[in-house]
Amino acid sequence: MVAVEDVSATIDPGSFFTLLGPSGSGKTTTLMMVAGFAYPTRGEVFVDGRPVAGLPPQKRDLGMVFQSYAVFPHLTVFDNIAFPLQIRRARRAEIRQRVGEVLELVRLTGYDRRLPRQLSGGEQQRVALARALVFRPRVLLMDEPLGALDKKLRAHMQLELKHIQRHLHVTVIYVTHDQEEALTMSDRVAVMQRGRIEQVGTPTELYEAPASRFVADFLGESNFVDGLVVGAPTAGRWLVRAAGGLEFRGVGAVPLQDGQPVTAAVRPEKLVPVEGPAGATQTGTVNTCKGTVEEAIYVGDATRYRVGLGADGAVTVKVPNRLGLRQHGEGEAVALAWSPDETRLFPRGAA
Amino acid sequence: MSPTPVVVADTVAPVDRSLAPERRDAVRYLLILLPAVLVLLALFVYPLLGLVDRSVYKRGEGYTLVFYGQIWRVPVYLQVIGRTFRTAALVTLMCLALGYPLAYLLATLRPRVARLLMIVVVLPFFTSIIVRTYAWMVLLGRNGIVNQYVTWLGLTEAPLPLLYNQGGVLIGMTYVLLPYMVLTIYSVMRGIEPGFIRAAHSLGASRWQAFWRVFLPLSLPGIAGGTLLVFILSLGFFITPALMGGPSDVMIAMLIEREVEFTLNWSFASALAVILLVLTLIGFVGYNRIVRLERIFEARS
Repeated sequence: MVAVEDVSATIDPGSFFTLLGPSGSGKTTTLMMVAGFAYPTRGEVFVDGRPVAGLPPQKRDLGMVFQSYAVFPHLTVFDNIAFPLQIRRARRAEIRQRVGEVLELVRLTGYDRRLPRQLSGGEQQRVALARALVFRPRVLLMDEPLGALDKKLRAHMQLELKHIQRHLHVTVIYVTHDQEEALTMSDRVAVMQRGRIEQVGTPTELYEAPASRFVADFLGESNFVDGLVVGAPTAGRWLVRAAGGLEFRGVGAVPLQDGQPVTAAVRPEKLVPVEGPAGATQTGTVNTCKGTVEEAIYVGDATRYRVGLGADGAVTVKVPNRLGLRQHGEGEAVALAWSPDETRLFPRGAA
Repeated sequence: MSPTPVVVADTVAPVDRSLAPERRDAVRYLLILLPAVLVLLALFVYPLLGLVDRSVYKRGEGYTLVFYGQIWRVPVYLQVIGRTFRTAALVTLMCLALGYPLAYLLATLRPRVARLLMIVVVLPFFTSIIVRTYAWMVLLGRNGIVNQYVTWLGLTEAPLPLLYNQGGVLIGMTYVLLPYMVLTIYSVMRGIEPGFIRAAHSLGASRWQAFWRVFLPLSLPGIAGGTLLVFILSLGFFITPALMGGPSDVMIAMLIEREVEFTLNWSFASALAVILLVLTLIGFVGYNRIVRLERIFEARS
């Protein structure tokens, strides 16, 4: 079995880079190859331009935070954090000073004498982070470090991690399956699937301009409609006719041609219910269609509508709950408008 | 019509109900324990009390401490007790020296190979201890296989004295008790998360440093348990020292047997047995203090 097929990426020094993907996509294996716990059969890992794929983990000088924390249970917080410094034969005074510094950084000052058993999950997490940072590694590797924390604490730790990373200018390679986490923390994200990188880009690029149907689906949420390209593009926008007769324009994620089967993807929040009569005709600058509200779900910050489009199925529409925006009832006829530039077209069959 | 008040807060019933299953569990546990408790009471506690009673009773004189006085006054008995503890300590050390690396191997090898090795470790339990001891005698005797090879190779002129001395006793007892040490340490080692070793490597520790600073301390509860088990089992050993030791290797269990079988002085034998029991208990309690200290450092499962 091949866990990782083809992964190539260059990570800028001092940046936060995330490997994002579903379980089994090869993201952890990729991280393990960088760390030295897995060896690639082909290829190379470069750190600061030097090949390291042949080196054991202890010679790579990379900090690592494990999902299980792996805080040594027989050592106090101080001894845990001092561990990498003692291995490097640092002076006692220096050890004390640097451990004190990172303890302050992760806001655990005063916890030095405690044993891991006496700490909460979040606190153990900070100890693991402090321990991986204290020897100033060239790169900090993190394998789903927040996976075991509850939602509130997780959101808090995300911001704190990001803050620490910016403060220390440390290069971070982060593994997660949580797309929200990836978008929140990363400078750049590599979306992985079946051992390959699907797309690398900034969170904005990935969300606004997904390169494949998989990325559009995995990152955030998308409505998908299948159709055929009709004619040549005008100003880079292709006209698509869906099987049920719906027509709209969109931009191709890859070069397309006349008559090609495509899948169109539109984010739920990009679909806007509009007042007044609107036909299914294309003006070229805005896509419109008519539908019927089948379901309206209030989710706090927004209302999610399921709008039936007749023969072309149904789409999800997300409307922020703002003063002055009318709520639509179930069974009500609505017209939807959205931009062709926010309609991504992926060739069908190639997925 | 006034609306019907809906009161949710005054349902106290769940609290009472939560206690009931616990009590039911307690009854169930007692029932499960009952047969074992009855057997132990009838076949262990009652005879033990009889033993203590006999050790302080002399026919015709009533209750007396004369037997204990005898143990205290005659030097040979204290010597035997001292030798018993010394031998037990030596056997424990040898089992630890041989057993720890073996347990480490079992815990770190690939599962299939480890399973095969484990069978080899446990296999001796399928044979009688007497048969195994005689097998060692065949190996170690004056004209035994070991001596035949040694003289054939020309390493020594005369056969080596491997049997009927302290060396023979140590070899035999270490052999018999080694699996107890290995299994106890192995079970603790298996519980050590490999993630700790990985973490140590990621922090720059070499294989040796990861072992010395992380693995070894985490395996201490296994060392504590294994040494305690082997030491206590060694104290009461009879067959191996009786068959493989010489006249100067008498251990306390052999002394007791002699009093029962030949001198027929059951009261004195009882006094010796009580002394052995008390010393073992003292050792156990003292050791348990250390073990409990170790438990503080034990990994959470």
